[in-house]
Amino acid sequence: MSGASAKLTLGPVLFHWQPEDWRDFYFRIADEADVDTVHVGEVVCSKRTPFYDKLIPEVMERLAAGGKEVVLSSLALIMSEREQEMARGLAVAERALIEANDMTLAALLAGRNFVVGPFVNIYNEGTLGVLEGMGAVRLCLPPELPAERLTALAACAKSELEVLAFGRLPLAISARCYAARAHNLSKDGCLYVCGEHPDGMAVDTLDDVPFLAVNGTQTLSYRMIDLSAELLQLRQIGIRRFRLSPQKVDMVAVAETFRATLNGAIDAEEACSRLENICPDAEFANGYFHGQPGHALVEAD
Amino acid sequence: MIRPELICPAGTPAALRSAVEAGADAVYLGFRDETNARNFPGLNFSRKELEEGIGFAHDKGAKILVAINTFPKSGEPEIWHSAVDDAARLGADAVILADIGLLDYAKRSHPGLRLHLSVQAAAPNPIAIGYYAERFGIRRVVLPRVLTVPEIADLNEAIAPIETEVFVFGGLCVMTEGRCALSSYATGRSPNMNGVCSPASHVRYIESARGVSSKLGDFTINEFGRNEPAGYPTLCKGRFVAKGKASYLFEEPTSLNTLSILPELMKAGVTAFKIEGRQRGRAYVAAVVQAFREGVDAVMAGKPLPDIDLAHITEGGRQTTGAYEKSWR
Repeated sequence: MSGASAKLTLGPVLFHWQPEDWRDFYFRIADEADVDTVHVGEVVCSKRTPFYDKLIPEVMERLAAGGKEVVLSSLALIMSEREQEMARGLAVAERALIEANDMTLAALLAGRNFVVGPFVNIYNEGTLGVLEGMGAVRLCLPPELPAERLTALAACAKSELEVLAFGRLPLAISARCYAARAHNLSKDGCLYVCGEHPDGMAVDTLDDVPFLAVNGTQTLSYRMIDLSAELLQLRQIGIRRFRLSPQKVDMVAVAETFRATLNGAIDAEEACSRLENICPDAEFANGYFHGQPGHALVEAD
Repeated sequence: MIRPELICPAGTPAALRSAVEAGADAVYLGFRDETNARNFPGLNFSRKELEEGIGFAHDKGAKILVAINTFPKSGEPEIWHSAVDDAARLGADAVILADIGLLDYAKRSHPGLRLHLSVQAAAPNPIAIGYYAERFGIRRVVLPRVLTVPEIADLNEAIAPIETEVFVFGGLCVMTEGRCALSSYATGRSPNMNGVCSPASHVRYIESARGVSSKLGDFTINEFGRNEPAGYPTLCKGRFVAKGKASYLFEEPTSLNTLSILPELMKAGVTAFKIEGRQRGRAYVAAVVQAFREGVDAVMAGKPLPDIDLAHITEGGRQTTGAYEKSWR
């Protein structure tokens, strides 16, 4: 089982970055990052889309020129008429593969090839089979699945399965905006305060233990998942694609580290120490994969 | 105006009888295993208890809905399949399902079985609901608690004749249901995988000089003074520190109570009102069912809403209308 056949995906930027920073981030990824696929598009809050929509064509063009496959990601929670219209508009776009992050997009895309994101509940082979039958060719599985469940899914998958391997874990999505709430603002009058927290707003317990991170209506883990030490096992299970979720760190270096690990150029220990250097302030976790609480860090054998 | 059905919870056969006697049109319940989202010790129904419960309810003109609303484990779907098979065999009036694979199984194996889409499927718009209706023939959707009353009215118009069921009272998820892994991040056990949230097995109360800390797994969820009652550490109802300030960042300890907006919900064309609380005792069930029975009947008769105080059975004595009012967001 060679690492060369494993692929790397850069997931969509989940946070509200300044539009120019957002564009420049993707430009650098296009030019420098050793990833196969790059996701572009708003996943968390439809109010943010006007900031990025006008930049998407040039970002897509640059990524394609850099040899990357581009996937357009979609909202994880689609409620209003406007959000439904956005979903319909996205579904008829012919320019790229589309990632469905809820069943709304999956329903609209049925009959075409599409990607399913980690916000869709794929817990078993029955659901996997239905989605594959609809046209899903690649599915990024929910982060809480342990190795045993990934193994059972991979054993019957006809499509390409992907697992989130780096970045904060998406844990919940809500109609309520917790960034606005923490700033004593309403969601309608939010002043886009989520933009003040480009890696998510840190949420600590009352006894000062870092716990979660708030990204507007989304709640993420404080700890970053790092499955670099589990890549070999994941490859043996049959997972062929790994997602790196953008954070405000050197994502080109993160991609390089994961590529080198997949290629066997560096071992897990070296990968771990490189990631610690790339993200000096981060705490890491890999608990879900090992059947432990998601925040746990299980040391390699 | 449709006269909405009252859908009431039962965690035990005694609660089922209380609910029916208090005026429930239907009772929802689950089997005693991981197939339902209230998988708590000492709760839920054996096959024999379900059979007897169905007999009792049908004699009194009430329906029984069986919630099989967790997500089957890959490689081990059998207990979920047998739950659907047994609910159908024993004559349940509907099963409440969330998982796409299980809906597919139910439709193929029991084409005559009435299917309701669980709140855990989080289908909040006509496109997603239309998919579940076309593909699996669902007849009713339990709406995720993310929509306002005007949005529910629009939705009902768009998806008719598919029925909607909304929560009117009880515990309140502030995250979109079925799409929250906060509990497993702290404890390893989640609603989707295990049918539990913030499970009691992972709860501890630690005494200190200042008072009591409530913990879930390794994390402090709240702190209480020496003379304050220590509340249960449901993760999203805890106090946390963000931007240097401690607060109930996600939601206060509170219960949904829609008695005050019943007329609006009824005008929105909702088919069924659901009361949360399969983990609650028969006294809770009877009190809430009676209150909402009186409320619905008053609105149907064009009379003013009865003034019923349910504060004594809400969490922390607090009540909210939640996402039904836009300001909540």
